[in-house]
Amino acid sequence: MTIAEQRLDSPAPAARARVDWLPYALLLPTLLFLAVFFVYPMIQAVVLSVRDPSGGLTLRYFQAMVTDTYFRGAVRNSLLLTAIVIPLQVTLALAIALLVNTRFRGHQWFLYICAIPLGISDLAAGLVWLSIFTDRGTLNMLLLWLGVIDQPIAFLSFEEPVWLYAAIVATEVWRATAIVMVILVAGLQLIPKDYFETADVFGATGWRKLWHVTLPLMRPALQTALIIRTILAFQLFATVIALAGRIVPVLAGEAYFQYSLYRNPPVASAYAVLIMATSMVITVAYLRLLRGRETEAGA
Amino acid sequence: MSAAARRALLALAVTGVGAWVLAPIVLIALASFTTRSQLYAWPRGVIPNPWSVETLRFFLQAQGVLQATWHSLVVAGLTIALAILIGAPAGYALSRFRFAGREAFRLAILGTKMFPATILAVPLAVSFIHWGLYDTLLGVAFVHTALALPFAIIITTSVFVGVPFELEEAAMTLGCGRLQAFLRVALPIALPGLAAAAIFTFVLSWNEVFAATILTLRTRTLPALVMNAVGSAGAPADFRFAAGFFMIVPALIIIMVIRRYLLTLWGVTVR
Repeated sequence: MTIAEQRLDSPAPAARARVDWLPYALLLPTLLFLAVFFVYPMIQAVVLSVRDPSGGLTLRYFQAMVTDTYFRGAVRNSLLLTAIVIPLQVTLALAIALLVNTRFRGHQWFLYICAIPLGISDLAAGLVWLSIFTDRGTLNMLLLWLGVIDQPIAFLSFEEPVWLYAAIVATEVWRATAIVMVILVAGLQLIPKDYFETADVFGATGWRKLWHVTLPLMRPALQTALIIRTILAFQLFATVIALAGRIVPVLAGEAYFQYSLYRNPPVASAYAVLIMATSMVITVAYLRLLRGRETEAGA
Repeated sequence: MSAAARRALLALAVTGVGAWVLAPIVLIALASFTTRSQLYAWPRGVIPNPWSVETLRFFLQAQGVLQATWHSLVVAGLTIALAILIGAPAGYALSRFRFAGREAFRLAILGTKMFPATILAVPLAVSFIHWGLYDTLLGVAFVHTALALPFAIIITTSVFVGVPFELEEAAMTLGCGRLQAFLRVALPIALPGLAAAAIFTFVLSWNEVFAATILTLRTRTLPALVMNAVGSAGAPADFRFAAGFFMIVPALIIIMVIRRYLLTLWGVTVR
């Protein structure tokens, strides 16, 4: 405990000639663990996808991935679902966050209820909505009750691509709007009240206040929410498999099938690398895009 | 818009959103208490007639389900222990010390929070075969710990920030060592917050599908078993509904328990 005892005085950032090793010692287990179970597998994913059995470089696994029957569909579906789902989630999450922020009586409970899906896995959410969209599901019963149909519609089949998409989108919006919402609520709470009061003094109301005051101040929170949600959108797999099987292939789902069904780790790794690269590109793009505008606004 | 109209609109929006979140949960619960023959009938009512535990019992008695549930609990327990033991010291360091590299470490933690299981699972499966960890509960727990660690660090940091350092200092002036002061003074005050971190870790591990599916073959966790039944074994509808319901029940209870920490855990903004 000799090292520890030297810094009994205070946690304040005092200029000190000696380096205090205690914080580094406390971080060491985390760094070691993440090195083995986080950094190493990320590198390993790249290695697995480009090394041939004799140890040389090869692109054959990427070629196998690109020429696979499901590849084009998987890329298209992953991109399209992301492009449909995220704007819906952000709009809805923003609406919920603004509702919570009006601080009506019971707004805490409203927040908790809206946060419930945070605790529900993608697989469970897929199964929950399967009970709605399946042939003998709630939606068919509702349509029958309304007199729209007399025989059930097979929403989740080959012949109904639009319905399949709608079911996946509905499930994803239901399941993952909560994470965006929580980030936005936290971001809203960081905005000092004075800004809104000033806006009131100058007579800004409703939409103008939202557009010119609230949204610009929420830019950091929106940025974080967009990055996290977009990266998670490319992990999408269990929801889709629960609802559509492999009729709607997605990137993460193909990694799963390549590994579990075909026992082909290198090609599964190629998919993992593709997902990783896409996530990184998107993160950088968001940071550039949103920060760029911030500087403009500041200039 | 008049104040009354505004209030009515607010009430309408709140009720609408609340119903949208809750309705699917109610519907899957109802489906889980409907008999199998009723589930396949056309037309059928939404309310079970008769109410029955047949569907849930069918799921629980299906081969491997109870064992997989046990496996899930073991993995979650191991993950909680690992994540807290490894993460809490880091959280304590972040809350108590200013040191060179602190910001870099915080950013790295936020970065790891953003790259989940899909990327890690496949390469780790290959390594785990060499390391003798493939198809073991410990192997799954390691991956879950890697996923839970950033959250464990974020929440323990905020927990220890809430425990005044002056209390530890006071204990040290009274003759406690650094470690003793922590164990006797800071730790007891921090326990409820650490419990929340543990519970959150449980949810993460209980819900994790991809890594558990890839890293196990016979030693399945519950999500891995259900994923396999749904994805390749063609499980019947009643099995699927009961599985969905069974998997979300713990999560529902837990979200209510840790609701105070929701914003701390997820609402982190990169600045």
